[in-house]
Amino acid sequence: MGKRNVVAGLTVNERQRAMGVLILLAIIGMAMAAAGAGRADPIETHGFIILLFSLAVMAVLLKGYFAPEPPAERLTAYYDDPIKAGIIIAMIWAVFGMAMGDWVAWLLAFPDMTFDAPWASFGRLRPIHTTGVIFGFGGSALIATSFHVVQRTSRARLPDQFSPWFVLIGYNLFCILAVSGYFIGITQSKEYAEPEWYADIWLVIVWITYLLLYLRTLARRKEPHIYVANWYYLAFIIVVAILHIVNNLAIPASLTGAKSYSLFSGVQDAMTQWWYGHNAVAFFLTAGFLGMLYYYLPKRAERPIYSYRMSIIGFWGITFFYMWVGSHHLHYTALPQWVQTLGVTFSLMLLIPSWIAAGNALMTLNGAWHRVRDDATLRFMMMAAVFYGLSTFEGSFMAIRPVNSLSHYTDWTVAHVHVGVLGWDALITFGAFYALVPWLWKRERMHSPALVEVHFWLAMAGLLIYVFAMWNSGIIQGLMWRTYNDGGTLRYSFLDTMIAMHPYYIARAIGGLLFLIGTLIACYNIWMTIRRPAIAAAPAHDRPLPLPTPQPAE
Amino acid sequence: MFGTHYRIERKSLVLVVAIIIVASIGGLIEIAPLFTIDETVETDPHMRVYTPLEQAGRNIYMREGCYACHSQMIRTLQDEVERYGPYSLAVESKYDHPMLWGSKRTGPDLARVGGKYSDQWHAAHLTNPRDVVPESIMPRYSFLRATPLHTAYLADDLRALRRVGVPYTDEMIANATADAIAQASPDDDTAGLVKRYGEATQIRSFDGNNDAVTEMDALVAYLQILGKLSTAAQPTQTAAR
Repeated sequence: MGKRNVVAGLTVNERQRAMGVLILLAIIGMAMAAAGAGRADPIETHGFIILLFSLAVMAVLLKGYFAPEPPAERLTAYYDDPIKAGIIIAMIWAVFGMAMGDWVAWLLAFPDMTFDAPWASFGRLRPIHTTGVIFGFGGSALIATSFHVVQRTSRARLPDQFSPWFVLIGYNLFCILAVSGYFIGITQSKEYAEPEWYADIWLVIVWITYLLLYLRTLARRKEPHIYVANWYYLAFIIVVAILHIVNNLAIPASLTGAKSYSLFSGVQDAMTQWWYGHNAVAFFLTAGFLGMLYYYLPKRAERPIYSYRMSIIGFWGITFFYMWVGSHHLHYTALPQWVQTLGVTFSLMLLIPSWIAAGNALMTLNGAWHRVRDDATLRFMMMAAVFYGLSTFEGSFMAIRPVNSLSHYTDWTVAHVHVGVLGWDALITFGAFYALVPWLWKRERMHSPALVEVHFWLAMAGLLIYVFAMWNSGIIQGLMWRTYNDGGTLRYSFLDTMIAMHPYYIARAIGGLLFLIGTLIACYNIWMTIRRPAIAAAPAHDRPLPLPTPQPAE
Repeated sequence: MFGTHYRIERKSLVLVVAIIIVASIGGLIEIAPLFTIDETVETDPHMRVYTPLEQAGRNIYMREGCYACHSQMIRTLQDEVERYGPYSLAVESKYDHPMLWGSKRTGPDLARVGGKYSDQWHAAHLTNPRDVVPESIMPRYSFLRATPLHTAYLADDLRALRRVGVPYTDEMIANATADAIAQASPDDDTAGLVKRYGEATQIRSFDGNNDAVTEMDALVAYLQILGKLSTAAQPTQTAAR
């Protein structure tokens, strides 16, 4: 196994740029630490974290900092180093985020199964779980696969080697600030948008770099058409930027403190928050992963996408309809009824493009069903499309007002979310990774196809146990809340309904544990695959097409 | 239609602009009018603002992620009104930056929990919920009682809140720290606090310890004001019945 220094692959200029950014970050970290220390504000801790983070990355950078310029042949191959790093980082987040999730799941059944310390309470751990899995695992996986897909479908190398690292590492700094912030009590209390103002600003910088990097790569493409997977990745990048900026508009109490106050209040804030919240589902957890699905599923099945027209209708339908549906989170609240009605209407219409997208993926498998049977990797992707279809159906159903009156505030919502994130996002990611790891590391195959099979069934069992437990508890609790005695009084106290949840909470935690074990097996399998010997020669077609004109030096 | 798309998908910037336009329509139509249509939020001339101590308590509520399990939004459903009280009006969270309507009731709704239980009950419950409610699955927050409240920079918080629309006066901002301490110290001079925030201001040692103003004081003060900033919900719904 030839050990190659990743830093030495950067040009001298790129190394200098990286060093410049890291020094700047370290200075910002020190300034934040000093400012926070002056008023005993938790921003002090974040300052130190930023400082340590930049020093750690700097230490890695220094290992190859003084190496000679990399050979020009690098430009004849795709730039895959940040993709490899992204996959490993994503798997670390997966284990961390899912372990946190399972811990908080056990806490709901056994509330004292924790440390008697502020950081270890459910309220602080829960956003650590959601951020760890959605943004840490999901986001890193999206960034890594998007770099892979955009290069292959454009037949062009990434335009430089600095930006992809800046995006990946910078994004992970954001995730670390988010997660460490919740531990020490820094949060905006906006669901899925908890990080405070300075972390939000940092993410904007990273995200704009990401968009520019993506567009610059597309500009270098040798294919006249932009492939559908890239439309989805583009929509993911652009719309997440819009959502993030609008929902996080806030005034900091002080520039030397972590706390900020949202620009909006009450009903306007609620609508903005759920416009954001539901479209984080739409454009982070759906559009980005559809990009993944549209590339890796046809590649693995060795079948072209079933219908070009369905791709178009699905894409624009999802992009247009999703933005209207956030208000279905606010049925029967103080939000004006006309907005709620728009939310239901569009939620129902949304089913059409969603099922078109899922159907298009499943029809692609026509002629390759024997592969689905034999290849667990492809089966991961197939089941992801199935669960995507199921969870979008369930979502539209739950958006209907009378259904929502029962399901809202209960575990049914939790079940629905997990059909989506475990059944759809995690399965497509695992499928993509199992396909991608041997391709990227130039290994013949995964270390153990049998373990991929084991992972598939563990994931399936864990997911179904989880979801059935939460469906049961949600519907039972919803019904108990509205049950009346013959005399016309409420039959159950809130406490009665909570006690009824206990067995389901245990079942849920067991389901989550099975899913987590599957993820650990995936980590082992990926690690052992990387340790396998490389195949002699990379396939000749896996290269960018040369540019027609000679390249200026990078 | 598909012919046009065949051309669009060859131009990345056209694609970018098209995505921005198509994705912006829904949000613009649903959110922008909420700021301009007057009926969106009811008017309540008598609505009061959070005192610095209550706002500090609200910040602790947020810091601990209470919103993950407790909603503050009673829906217009009969069983909810009977269980929690009159349904929530938009005006009641007018000064909530951000709102804490929540999305999950692992525990009960808290929109009108103010005054429902005694301070002692809250302090004991937060210290160890299972001492008061044996089947409770809420975490313990015993450290709140031992943590002195950080009051030195509350003026910054009030000032930022004024900039986003909460009508704090210069006087309220100038006295933020003193008012926070006074509200939890009934033996001190509380005349200024009452003058600024009104006769209804609840002044007492919320955690039962007169020696120090703790985070427990602030959180309980906040919980005891929930649903009491405005009386707008009470008369309308009684009349409607």
